[in-house]
Amino acid sequence: MKEKLEAIRKKAEAELDSLTSPEQIESFRVAVLGKKGELTSILKMMGKLSAEERPVMGQLANDVRSFIEEKITEKANEIKEKEMQREIDSMPLFDVSAPSDLSRGSYHPITLVQRECERIFKSMGFTVEDYSEVVTDYECFESLNIPKHHPARDMQDTYYLENGQLLKSQTSAAQNAIYKKYKDALINDGVPIKAIFPGRCFRNEATDACHENTFFQMEGVMVDKDISISNLIYFMKTMLSEVFRKDIKVRLRPGFFPFVEPGFELDISCLICGGEGCPSCKHSGWLELCPCGMIHPEVLKAGGIDPDKYTGFAFGLGLTRLAMMKYGIKDIRDLNSGSLKSLSQFTDDEN
Amino acid sequence: MFLSMNWIADFVDLTGLDRLDLIHRFSLSTAEVENEIFMKGSDLSGVVVAEIKSVEPHPDSKKLHLLKVDIGEENLVDVVCGAPNVRVGMKTAFAKVGAQIGDITITPRPLAGFMSNGMCCSEKEIGISDDHSGIMDITDDVPNGTDIKDVYEIDDIVFEVDNKSLTNRPDLWGHYGIAREFAALAGRPLKPLPTADLSAYNSLPKVDMKIEDPLCQRYSCLQVENISVSVSPVNMRIRLFYCGMRAINFLADLTNYLMLEMGQPMHAFDSRKVEKIRIKRFKEPFVFQTLDGVNRNIDENTLMICNDSTPVAIAGIMGGLDSEIVDDTTTLTLESATFDAVSIRKSTVRLGHRTDASMRYEKCLDPEMTVPAIARFVEILTSVDSGAKVVSSLTDEYAYHYDKVTLNFDKAFVDKYTGIEISSDTIVKTLLSLGFEVSLDGDSFTVGVPSWRATKDVTIKADIIEEITRIYGYDNFDIHTSRAPLYPVRPYEEKTVEDKIKDILVKRYSLHELHSYVWAYYDEYKALGIEVADNIKLVNATNPNIETIRRSIVPTQLVQVRSNVGFATDFGVFEIGRTVNGLKDDGLCDEHKKLCITLYSKTEGIETLYFRLRDMLCVIASDIKHRELSFKAVNPEYNYEHPRNLNEILCNGVSLGKMGIAFPSVAKKIDKKANIVFAEIDIAAFASLTAAPIVYDEPSKFPGIDIDLSFVSDIFAPIGDAIKNADCALIKNVQVIDTYSDETGKSITTRLTFSHPEKTLTRDEVMEIVNGIIEKLREIGVALKQ
Repeated sequence: MKEKLEAIRKKAEAELDSLTSPEQIESFRVAVLGKKGELTSILKMMGKLSAEERPVMGQLANDVRSFIEEKITEKANEIKEKEMQREIDSMPLFDVSAPSDLSRGSYHPITLVQRECERIFKSMGFTVEDYSEVVTDYECFESLNIPKHHPARDMQDTYYLENGQLLKSQTSAAQNAIYKKYKDALINDGVPIKAIFPGRCFRNEATDACHENTFFQMEGVMVDKDISISNLIYFMKTMLSEVFRKDIKVRLRPGFFPFVEPGFELDISCLICGGEGCPSCKHSGWLELCPCGMIHPEVLKAGGIDPDKYTGFAFGLGLTRLAMMKYGIKDIRDLNSGSLKSLSQFTDDEN
Repeated sequence: MFLSMNWIADFVDLTGLDRLDLIHRFSLSTAEVENEIFMKGSDLSGVVVAEIKSVEPHPDSKKLHLLKVDIGEENLVDVVCGAPNVRVGMKTAFAKVGAQIGDITITPRPLAGFMSNGMCCSEKEIGISDDHSGIMDITDDVPNGTDIKDVYEIDDIVFEVDNKSLTNRPDLWGHYGIAREFAALAGRPLKPLPTADLSAYNSLPKVDMKIEDPLCQRYSCLQVENISVSVSPVNMRIRLFYCGMRAINFLADLTNYLMLEMGQPMHAFDSRKVEKIRIKRFKEPFVFQTLDGVNRNIDENTLMICNDSTPVAIAGIMGGLDSEIVDDTTTLTLESATFDAVSIRKSTVRLGHRTDASMRYEKCLDPEMTVPAIARFVEILTSVDSGAKVVSSLTDEYAYHYDKVTLNFDKAFVDKYTGIEISSDTIVKTLLSLGFEVSLDGDSFTVGVPSWRATKDVTIKADIIEEITRIYGYDNFDIHTSRAPLYPVRPYEEKTVEDKIKDILVKRYSLHELHSYVWAYYDEYKALGIEVADNIKLVNATNPNIETIRRSIVPTQLVQVRSNVGFATDFGVFEIGRTVNGLKDDGLCDEHKKLCITLYSKTEGIETLYFRLRDMLCVIASDIKHRELSFKAVNPEYNYEHPRNLNEILCNGVSLGKMGIAFPSVAKKIDKKANIVFAEIDIAAFASLTAAPIVYDEPSKFPGIDIDLSFVSDIFAPIGDAIKNADCALIKNVQVIDTYSDETGKSITTRLTFSHPEKTLTRDEVMEIVNGIIEKLREIGVALKQ
């Protein structure tokens, strides 16, 4: 019997070696250790042994059994691992160096710059307004203290329509309507008017790399009981530092615009050289950026606001110019070109 | 306008001050100075006054002369000179050996075989005029060897101010007004203008002059005769040249000089031609020849200076050729006047002719200036030409007086407007330095505006704030935020909607946002065979190609798509832009803000593309308003619309716009092999829809049942309607899972998903509802597929 057990053990060891699949292992296990398996049938003969031999053989048979079981587990694990490795190996290696497919949509650069400005002003409590592109003479000129035949009307060549209306030559054309919209809240409830209004403007002029007849501005106004020149400088400096994401120096020079008094031209320290002087600021260290000023009393009056009680400031930012500065666009005509080669590049809204 | 610091220094003592720094402060406080500042004379040294002692012809050259010149040293200097005007005894400007003229250093050098030890200079060479016809002829009695810069005001700092930044300041169109600003900035007094006493001529006869038109505000004149000096003094010519004017003759130069000094244009007539000065307009148009020889059409609105009834000058713009000073003129009539600024501006525009005079008159000149300008003229005239004689008394008609402007305000007003503390003392000092009258009573200021600022410039209290703050210096402001109370800011619905639409189209559908123009492009439409829809037009478009305002963005976008063919096989573009739909009842334009989308594809079938566009629109409606869209076939309105599959887009009964396919011939012109679909919706109409509330529907814990039904039908609409009309809360989802066409027709397989919140549904319960739907559909002729 002892020889038989030894033989089973050797044979099992040899056979296991040749097995390659989990199924073969299972049938081997049944053939050896199963109810009708070789080892089982030998154990059935145990009863025929002497009382002395029985514990010895029993011990031996158990050893053989655990040995085979151990070997089976070992072999099964080996096969599993091999299979896993085969699956891993079957995965092809990809060429990550191949160019990516970046086909994405795009925003117009004006939208991106406009949204950035809107975000900044919203965070400072300004409302964002919208206004029509066709406006009346009253909205664009009369209500802004620019009476007929005023030389200021020479400054902008305006597109007039057959019905006497015009394409707005400046976003200031929305001021009167904004004052009228919010004056009751200002007068009755003390809610300051803080509004920005981005929009398309039109000038009847020949186009070239620096001139467009259709462009974007963003007007801003703030009206309350004690708005001062000091506040104006503060807001312009803060807002422009946010727009350009760095501490911007600003300086004011007198500027003449009929709808503000005093009126200013606001310069910012050159973004390229920081004020040292370079070709892009014509070696002056400053860039002329936006006209602004204290709202003219007549303009407030036209909006239904008493200039003896309230003061305010207004400013106009050239969104088109900002977009060109921000993205290094050299030809203003690219913006209205409708060319996807140019305009599909502005894929992300950073805000 | 160019300005000379020497000229300014005539009126304010700038000794010991940094002139460049003052110019910089002027730029920040008054008007923008251009970047380039000219340091006149800085590149000139070693040029002296020299006398030509002998002139010998050059043996081999007709042009050259051999000169001996006295430069105030022991020995005469030999020099070879090519100028035609050399003569013995002439004094000229001489660049000695070692002299610097621009980039050139003068050295002894042989010239046509003779040594030349220096150079006789023309006025152009030393930079004081553009005269290069000969060497400078110095007539002043100056010792030989004197540095030319010690004789004449060659050293100067000249800066330029953009005329545009002076539009509102009539007082700054001459050096005297500019000097007033420098005096205020430097804190030094402004000197009075030296003038002749005109009352000395009161006994002389008056000029026959009469204003016959209210457009002339004031007319002052004086007759002068016996002027013998013809060439202006060198310093006067240098100033004119530095300020961009060419010297002509003494009389013309003097009127120009006065204009540059005081801002007052002046004109001199030959007295023989203007015996009876009348200022008026003519009822009938006529042609008038101005002194530049050009014939100009004069209409009934143009103010003229006349000799009785013969026009002799266009008021404020230009004199006539006939009345100009000529060689045999003995007596001249000097005009110093002011006219209605708007009238001058309009005449200038009508004539298309702007002059130095009209540019100034347009700004509303101070009528108080006409007489002092004449007094100043006489002062300079008689100091230069002692023989000149005034032969009339000052004749002056002052028809229009501006109101005296007096402003009252208190210190609190200044504090509130500026937001900083500027002392009463500083306020008073600043205003006085600018020529205002100021009285301070406690905290109350009473300010009288000087006449030169009162024509239009300073009229309200806020104007005074500007005067105080600009001199105070904006750089010196302490800046701080406002103390305004906080209130919630409510977003503007249309704006929010716009932003959301853009995000959906860019981020979800990879479309590209474009911008365009608000008018129709005739040429581009024509190339595609698109008719320009009749609409309101621009009256002054310089380009007739763009005169009609568009009714729709679709044609614009078809043009844009065409220009982008080749960019990719498939792309989509959109814009939120404006259109005008004719006029409203009140006569104003019916403007609309619209979203327009156009899809172009070479790879997708027209149906797939069409449905992709429809789904975009549905997603926009469902994302932003939680609402469904419906579509209704409509007839084409424009010739770029394909008559089939043109659908009106509706939401909650509101018409939003339409979607369709490009008309075959238009599409083919864009690209023969591509499909093109478009949609346009009205943003205001869409934004005004209220968003349906989101109602939470708790998911059932019990399994649902799917029932698939195939109906024979060309379109889904009746099936969808029947399901909707069943109004069954148990139907949780409806999906078209298949469409199939064979010889019996088209069939649509629809999957209905049922579930009950509290129990597992049985097939029988569900079939009761399903059969109801089948029955309803059978009634309208839609059968189940066998």
